[in-house]
Amino acid sequence: MPQNLFVYSEKKPKSFSMSVLTLVSTKNGQPTKGGLEAASYGVALSKQLNSEAVAVVSGDLQDGSSLGDTGIGRILKFPSPLTDSGQWAKLAEHAAKLVGATAVVTSHDHFGKAIAPRVAVRLGAGMVSGVTQLPQENAVEKNVFSGKASAQVEVTAPIAVYSVTPNAFGVRSEGGTAQIETIEVEVGQAKEHITSFEPASADGQVPLPEAELVVSAGRGLKGPENWGIVEELARALGATTACSRPVSDIGWRPHHEHVGQTGITIRPNLYIAAGISGAIQHLAGVNQSKTIVVINTDPEAPFFKAADYGIVGDAFEVLPKLTAAVKALD
Amino acid sequence: MKFLVCISQAPDTTSRIAFTNGDSEFDSNGVQYIVNPYDEWYALVRAIELKEANGGSVTTITVGDANCDPIIRKALAIGADDAFRIDAKPTDALQVARLIADHAEKNGYDVVLCGKETIDHNGAIVPAMIAEMLDCGFVANATHLEVTGTTAKLKREAAGGEETIELECPFVLSAAKGMAEQRIPNMRGIMSARTKPLQVEQAEAPAQTRVQRFALPPEKGACHMIDAENAAELVRLLREEAKVI
Ligand SMILES: Cc1cc2nc3c(=O)[nH]c(=O)nc-3n(C[C@H](O)[C@H](O)[C@H](O)COP(=O)(O)OP(=O)(O)OC[C@H]3O[C@@H](n4cnc5c(N)ncnc54)[C@H](O)[C@@H]3O)c2cc1C
Repeated sequence: MPQNLFVYSEKKPKSFSMSVLTLVSTKNGQPTKGGLEAASYGVALSKQLNSEAVAVVSGDLQDGSSLGDTGIGRILKFPSPLTDSGQWAKLAEHAAKLVGATAVVTSHDHFGKAIAPRVAVRLGAGMVSGVTQLPQENAVEKNVFSGKASAQVEVTAPIAVYSVTPNAFGVRSEGGTAQIETIEVEVGQAKEHITSFEPASADGQVPLPEAELVVSAGRGLKGPENWGIVEELARALGATTACSRPVSDIGWRPHHEHVGQTGITIRPNLYIAAGISGAIQHLAGVNQSKTIVVINTDPEAPFFKAADYGIVGDAFEVLPKLTAAVKALD
Repeated sequence: MKFLVCISQAPDTTSRIAFTNGDSEFDSNGVQYIVNPYDEWYALVRAIELKEANGGSVTTITVGDANCDPIIRKALAIGADDAFRIDAKPTDALQVARLIADHAEKNGYDVVLCGKETIDHNGAIVPAMIAEMLDCGFVANATHLEVTGTTAKLKREAAGGEETIELECPFVLSAAKGMAEQRIPNMRGIMSARTKPLQVEQAEAPAQTRVQRFALPPEKGACHMIDAENAAELVRLLREEAKVI
């Protein structure tokens, strides 16, 4: 592994003997929700380990107040924005060594999936992805078999890297403020060049993996022209729309809405499923949801066995009634 | 262009999930194994499509014992040219990544394709580890791949949208839905797969994690049924009982 050259722009920041380092992704100058959840996890873990909670960010960060609020005391900021996973890994390795990190935490999303494994290689660390809780008795819990089971995983190396499942730990407010320090390190050339970004939904929906409320529909809706009633309920709730696999396969809905074992795995607070039978592969991606509501004309639909609340009825009649009832709430 | 596709076996999606040996191991009794869907449907098929369009070769690599041979033959039947199996029991992402990266380093590939995760351990760790070990660029959850000369253009799912990324070969990607359509092997493919080369290599690498035990989720309580005429009651329960809205 090539050795890095460290160059400090300011006086060398004080080194603590032990810490938990959280890698925080940013968007438009602010930490992402996944980044804040990871920071909350990092803070809680640092308390457990009796060590300092430190975050590292790239130069895109404009405002560290929301990170400080999670209880992060110290933010190490690289001078320029970074998106390349190899450069980020070099930055994270340097920061981890600088603050004596025994654990590195990040979000289990497109950011963490590209960077955290690289950091684990550079640090010779053991990595557990998609953790849902703090470690206990030398092991940490994660979901396996697409949510059909969980595993207690032990890290046998001196340093652990954890990526946190979105919407599992939540963002916690500790009401603190963070000190921002500049950190410089030679990160080499970027190899991955982002040339454009296309927003998935024009109407400002929360991205599906982060959504707390989800309204989902399946083949029971009979055609793409009928999705208006699904979208209206979603809009009334401030929820994100999702769908079953056949619905995205036949092109009724975009691929990024496909949830299940071979689509996106989600764990929102509320999952409403209309006209979805509840096949095992579909359940695998959604059964971690805190509350599940099923609307299906068939009282024998397997989905009812996995549901908290059920309505045997026609989605075309029930969904508009739900929308009206939600609108009447406030 | 040389493509390397990482192929893992995974229990069929309808398998009964159970554990043995003090809940420390997956109970494979009576379980049907398939090619991990992301590896097969997206990574493998896209590599084959690009080879068909521009020439080159598609090699698969699997870390596992001889029980993996049927799924490797399936990958060959779908259209891979040859296969390597590293004869080791996979226990940890770092170990698997090291074995694959060592092979890739020795043999030199332009593009290494993985599925975005396996459907058993749901790790999503191996692909980026391989990229780090090979010191090359990486794209996670890629939904689109085009290669022109030695330059690749990819799309990936990113927070709230889709990013387009350009990078130079060699690089590593993990594939998600959208990259290709599932292919059913035809009779000719199945016949020719029997004679395509499957080389078995011995290698070892250390692991840094260990599963202590597995557990099944607690049973759900009975579903609270609400009359279809009374949708407003459901909304009330969601607010006052479940407290989710
Ligand atoms: C390897 C593999 C992987 C898979 N991965 C996934 C995955 O990731 N995600 C996924 O979703 N599927 C997946 N599947 C497919 C899965 O097995 C099911 O086929 C699929 O989930 C069914 O989709 P559905 O419920 O929309 O359609 P259907 O099974 O056709 O169910 C439609 C439901 O709508 C109900 N209905 C009809 N009309 C109405 C109405 N007017 N009002 C209310 N209800 C109505 C019906 O009673 C029925 O229950 C996978 C399959 C395989 C083999």
